[in-house]
Amino acid sequence: MTITAHERADMSRSPIAGTDPTPAISLHGVSKVYRSGSETVTAVREVDLNIERGEFFSLLGPSGCGKTTTMRMIAGFDDPTDGEVRLTGNDVTGVPPNHRDVNMVFQSYALFPHMSVHDNVAFGLKRSGVAKREISGRVGEMLDLVELGDRAGHKPAQLSGGQQQRVALARALVNRPSALLLDEPLGALDLKLRQSMQSELKRIQREVGITFVYVTHDQGEALTMSDRIAVMNEGIVEQLGSPAEVYERPATRFVAGFIGTSNLLTGTAGEARDGGSDVRLADDHVVRAGTALLPGAAVDMTVRPEKIRITTHEPDAALSRVRGTVTDTVYLGSATHYTVRLADGTEIVVFCQNTSDALEVAEAGSAVWLSWQPQHSYVLPEAHASRPAPHTPADPSDEETHNHA
Amino acid sequence: MSTDTAHPVRPDTTPRAAPAARPRRRIDWGKYFTWAVLAWLFVPITFMIAFSFNDVSGRHNVRWEGFTLRWYGQAFAYRDLTEALLYSLAIALLTMLIAGIIGSLLGLALGRHRFHGKNSTNVVMFAAISAPEVVIGAALLSLFLLAGVKAGFVTIVIAHVMFTVSFVAITVRARVITLDPKLEEAARDLGAGPWTTFRLVTLPMLTPAIMAGGLLAFALSIDDYIITSFVSGEVTTFPLWIWGSTRVGIPPQVNVMGTLIFVVGVLLAVVNVIVARRRR
Repeated sequence: MTITAHERADMSRSPIAGTDPTPAISLHGVSKVYRSGSETVTAVREVDLNIERGEFFSLLGPSGCGKTTTMRMIAGFDDPTDGEVRLTGNDVTGVPPNHRDVNMVFQSYALFPHMSVHDNVAFGLKRSGVAKREISGRVGEMLDLVELGDRAGHKPAQLSGGQQQRVALARALVNRPSALLLDEPLGALDLKLRQSMQSELKRIQREVGITFVYVTHDQGEALTMSDRIAVMNEGIVEQLGSPAEVYERPATRFVAGFIGTSNLLTGTAGEARDGGSDVRLADDHVVRAGTALLPGAAVDMTVRPEKIRITTHEPDAALSRVRGTVTDTVYLGSATHYTVRLADGTEIVVFCQNTSDALEVAEAGSAVWLSWQPQHSYVLPEAHASRPAPHTPADPSDEETHNHA
Repeated sequence: MSTDTAHPVRPDTTPRAAPAARPRRRIDWGKYFTWAVLAWLFVPITFMIAFSFNDVSGRHNVRWEGFTLRWYGQAFAYRDLTEALLYSLAIALLTMLIAGIIGSLLGLALGRHRFHGKNSTNVVMFAAISAPEVVIGAALLSLFLLAGVKAGFVTIVIAHVMFTVSFVAITVRARVITLDPKLEEAARDLGAGPWTTFRLVTLPMLTPAIMAGGLLAFALSIDDYIITSFVSGEVTTFPLWIWGSTRVGIPPQVNVMGTLIFVVGVLLAVVNVIVARRRR
């Protein structure tokens, strides 16, 4: 066991210190089971989450992992089969969506096509009986915030995708909900627009200070925007932590594979010394791990591609090092990506910044040394290491972008 | 692409001075076919309208005898014809209203919800459309006789609602299927209850389809002859009166009324299109 219970508790605590300790949203043992005929599908399995006030919280996972179902249970569109949902401490399980103090931004925006931008944004305020004069003031303010003040009279169909997206955001935010739920809100935008909307969303969240719950399959998006991320897979939360935590210290093989690119090395723990351990890899290389391990234990380790140095000469023996053959190089301008095959066939990906000395190395077919600091061989916690790793492509967002529901 | 455009000239291989091949004119069959179909559709209507202006002297309004507006001035000269027209209009309006409401609800249910008997409802609906009118008329008459209902105005309305409701339901269902259910969820999310959501979001988006279905019901009802002839009893509707008068000669007033109905129908259709455009 490499992560103690104490450390785990640490990881699940929000970096945002609110004045009120009651979380904005909390889920207790929430499950959702769908029955169709004799078949049952568990979409969400006993999820516990506390989402703090003012936090930018992401639910991240591949399509079908239960993230959208979890969000729909918070919004009230689906009722949990088991467990309870609390909003600012109040149990709202079974309460219909129109009586919940959260608002949602839909992936398809779901703007009312027969109403003007102004009427779309005013819809929620009218329902809650806000005075007419106040409505037009608040709608105007909100449209200014999303920089659409001059489009109030337009119909949604007359706006571009990015503008519709901002109207959807304004329509939800104008109600000053206790939390804003965003279901893959940038999924339909092209890459450029998506990137500018990411910083736009962050700016708006800072300005209004409302809790954002953000559902996405795009790990890059989750890492850049979130205060905390819950990584979901097959209906369970695999890891809960800050972007740096889930990236640097993935709790499971799934998380290691899903967040960024990572190299999985399997081996057997050897002698423990100096607070670290030797690990004998499958191809008989011995590398150092920065964690003390029980000798003889089977070990799964990950090393991030950017932590590895690639050299033609033998590196310092104090480093973790392996030898292999370059099978592929991809030149990206500022960096080069290498794929290196070890003697036992394990492939390791290396990201190398193209500083001046990087040109010396490696064409396909050349023998190279790979080396990294011992503390960068991150040992996956045992309890999860035994789970079979699901198939994860190098960049899951490439594959997921086109097939999410 | 039209064949008139010059072939791309490759530089150096073709001398500029060479005479270009004469472009062959192709006959655009699609254009002629379109005009032929339009003529087929509109020539009879044009004749009906033209002969409402015919200065006819005899009993038979079949030969052009000069232009007059006389028949428009005497449009309601035949009391029983006027009465028949009023009956037809009343029946058509009632049918439009009743079939419009029932059909819309049916279409909404079929398009949106899953329920027991959904498939059989579909089958019954299509049966009502595809069954021969003679069969429906005869069946309805024997049903009314058996139930002891006196044939007349009410039975005509019942019969008309029965055979038009499916058309409304199918029109509305087609629209419901294309509606994004997320729109209704968004309304719920923004604080609207189920009824408010229906009133402010669902209904406005369905209005063009409901209007189209209602107009269809109106049009089917006002010119129905076969079913009506079975269940009319003492009541004479517009088509029944015309059929009855064919043996003695159709007066130009029939053309006048036909023209008026046609004009009103076209106007309603145009209004519906404009409303639908605006809402988009």
